[in-house]
Parts: sequence; C-alpha cells; structure tokens
Amino acid sequence: MVHQYKLNGINIVLDTCSGSVHVVDDLAYDIIALFENTSPSEITERISEKYAFREDIKEQDIKECISDVEDLKKSGKLFTEDTYKDMAFDFKAKKPVIKALCLHVAHTCNLNCTYCFASQGKYQGNRALMSYEVGKQALDFLISRSGTRKNLDVDFFGGEPLMNFDVVKKLTAYGRSQEEIHDKKFRFTLTTNGMLIDDDVISFVNKEMDNVVLSLDGRKEVHDRLRKDYRGRGSYDIIVPKFQKLVKERNNCKYYLRGTFTHNNVDFTNDILHMLDLGFTELSMEPVVCASSDPYALTKEDMPILLEQYELLAKEMIKRKKEGKEFTFYHYMIDLTGGPCIYKRIAGCGSGTEYMAVTPWGELFPCHQFVGDTKYSLGNIWDGVTNTDMQNEFKLCNAYARKECSDCWAKLYCSGGCAANAYHATGSIKGIYEYGCELFKKRIECAIMIKSVEDVE
Amino acid sequence: MEKIKRIKTIETRDLAKSTKNGGCGECQTSCQSACKTSCGVANQHCENKNK
Repeated sequence: MVHQYKLNGINIVLDTCSGSVHVVDDLAYDIIALFENTSPSEITERISEKYAFREDIKEQDIKECISDVEDLKKSGKLFTEDTYKDMAFDFKAKKPVIKALCLHVAHTCNLNCTYCFASQGKYQGNRALMSYEVGKQALDFLISRSGTRKNLDVDFFGGEPLMNFDVVKKLTAYGRSQEEIHDKKFRFTLTTNGMLIDDDVISFVNKEMDNVVLSLDGRKEVHDRLRKDYRGRGSYDIIVPKFQKLVKERNNCKYYLRGTFTHNNVDFTNDILHMLDLGFTELSMEPVVCASSDPYALTKEDMPILLEQYELLAKEMIKRKKEGKEFTFYHYMIDLTGGPCIYKRIAGCGSGTEYMAVTPWGELFPCHQFVGDTKYSLGNIWDGVTNTDMQNEFKLCNAYARKECSDCWAKLYCSGGCAANAYHATGSIKGIYEYGCELFKKRIECAIMIKSVEDVE
Repeated sequence: MEKIKRIKTIETRDLAKSTKNGGCGECQTSCQSACKTSCGVANQHCENKNK
C-alpha cells in the first residue's frame, strides 16, 4: 500500500508496510500513481502526453524513472506486501506482561474545568485520594507482573495528583527502593493543572520525574474560558508563573506544556505561538474529548480549519528552526530510523494489556478513559486481571482489528487508533473515530514532511 | 549528462526486518507522555540496544 501527497511544495510517497519514505519530483510522483495498475508502455504513453510541454523530459527519462520504481519495488521499499496480518492474531495467545500503570492518586480536583472528561476528577464516582498502601500494592503488582521488562512507566494522574502530593512522594521513594532488588527502572511522569505547584513540588518533580505534563490551553482568554476554579475564576494568572519557574529550573527539558483545543479555538496554532511567547518550547496540543452535543465539541465544519492549522504549524516549525528558535510539538516528533518496531506498530498503546489505570481503591481499568465504566473493570491490584474476556478484547485491539483500517495507509503509524475514542464514537472499542482519523493522518503527513525538509537540507 | 535523481529515499527503519529483532517491549508506553488522548505510536523511540 502506497500513500502519496503534496505538502509545502514537496512530493512525498510513503510505503505502508516497509515504513519507507521517498521524496520525489513531479514526474516520479505521477509515474508512481499509475504504477500498480498500468503497464509500463501505457505509463510511458500517458506520461509522455502529460509532459509533452516539458522539453527537458524525453521518453528515455520516463522509462528510466519507471525502472527506478521497479528497482524500489524489488528491494522492498515500494509496493511491499502486507505480511503482518497473521502476526496480529498471535497476540491473543500471548500472556500479557504489564509494564505501565496510570495511578489515579486523586479522584478529586481543585479546578472545575468545563470540558473535563473525568467529570471534574471524580470519574462519575465519589471523591477519593489513593492511600499509600494501595499505591504500594499497585507498584508491587506492576513489578510482579512485568516479567523481564526492565523499563516500567508509572504516571501520577487524577483528578489533580498534587492534591495527594505526600503519597506521590512516598510512592516514588518506594519505587526507587525496589529498582535494584528487582532489576527494574521506573520512569515516573506527573500530570498537573499547576495550581498547587510550589518550591517543594518544583524541587521534587525536577529531581524525580522523568517527564512532567503541565496543562495550559494557550492564550489567557482561551484557557480561562474553560479552566476555572469552583468560584468561576480563571487559572491562567496563577499557573503560568509557576510553570515558567518549574521549567526554568528543569533546564527547559523533559516536560510538555499540554493544551486542549475545542470548537472555541480552532485557530489553535495561535495558542501554540502564545506558549512559545511565554518561553515554553516542548509543546503538545490535543483535541477535546467530549460528547458531540457539548457546545465546545469539534464540528464537521471545524475540520478544514483544523487541517489547515496543522499545516501552518508545520511550516512555522520549519521556519523557526531555520531562525535558531527550534521547538518541539509532540505529534510532529517522529524517529524515522529508530522508531518503533513492527510489533509495537501493530500492538499500539497497550491499553488493557501492558498498560492499565488504577483507581484510588485499587481497581484496574484498561486506561484512564475507561475508569468509572463498570463493564470495563479488569480486576484489581490484589487479585490481578480477573475479567479475562475483556482483556482478550483489548489484546486484539490493534492495527488489524478494524475492517476500516485494512486499506488505510496510516494504520502502522496509529496502530488502529485509540480504543477509548472508538468506544465513545461508536459504542465499541473495535469501531473507529473517523474525526480522529482525519486529524491523525494530517499530523503524520506534516511530521514526515518536516523530516523530509530536514533530510534534504 | 548526469542522470537526474527523481526519487530520494530517506533512511527509515525497515519494518519487515524488525520482525527478527523487535518486540522487546522496552519502549515507553505512548500514553504516558504528553497526550492521553490519541497519540498512536509513531512518535516513540525504540529502546532496544540490539536492533
């Protein structure tokens, strides 16, 4: 399967199953478009006709280019066969190893964000803080189920995890104490709305957290419209100086400023530019997760604007790099030579199998997006996974699980997409969230275009 | 006259070859990073030293 597109004056051809990327001229682009279903002689005839006005392109040039395409096919870099389908179905037979937990250390929050997917941190249930004992058991559970995996990812999440800061500190210390005993390496992340950041938090986070995710939506009027406290006051003025201090003392690395964009700010590139103006360079921006009936939900009419925004952002990124003002945008990070292997590309995020969320009461869910939905409860951190039927459904949730993905060029970049998005959009984790697919494909096209520009220069 | 290079192939990890030495599972879980929404796996790095 081949996908070809033109972006920012560059012609790009992707071969899905090999992961190959080719930057081509107009002639090669047109030849590749015909190659699979047209004989070489007919390609030559049709292309000769199309390029008749070009004195620099002769029939011999066309034939040479066709030959180059044939060579690429023979060397497994273009029009490669999909031989991975059977591999995907082997996943059900494998006993999963757990290597990552999302610890919901707080099912409560000190903000009242309008769009919160977790009903203001409570996940449709009672407010609660995770006890140290439950958290310790969660870490022991992770270690005992991690097999030979050395790297264990744990993120402190909520609600607002800093409302349970003492437990966060104690659990981190406990995790570290277990590393040498079990030959493990914990990678801790903390996500926070920033309201409770002080010097103690900054000192701890910068010493112990491999990554920290700081929630800011962008411009003050955008952020404060939806991210307010319980008295209706916006949070921007309080958190921005705190974020700036934390990031400065972290040497401006290993963090993300993460925003959510909604129907209210489809020009989200302006929010990213604002984040850059504030001095932040490691950025992420996500579409809102909500019911389609919510007033801030993204609409069909928003889509062309959003797609254009991603292109504008990509061009801005290239421009600023040339000016020595480089920045990171999470979705445009792509490692073409050292990226994930085919197993990861097929398996995806690992939700429900190698990655789970833990509630303050120790209950296990496939990920944070399913917490509170009782039919998705997988078990608990004492008994382990007991709902094996549900886990089996997640085991098969991969790049080959959905019929809509079978002829999609992006499937080995998205691994079939987010199961939670699919569930919210269609009622089944095996559905697809079409809106998310469109955004994803544009983001990957932009990410690869940026890499192509870097490679050519 | 030198042949015009019409196709530039960028260096990429060969997914077919990674069936042999892949699957160690040490890469970061994608949802643990910035996103928590709809990330895919494309922006992860391989942490297998023997790839």
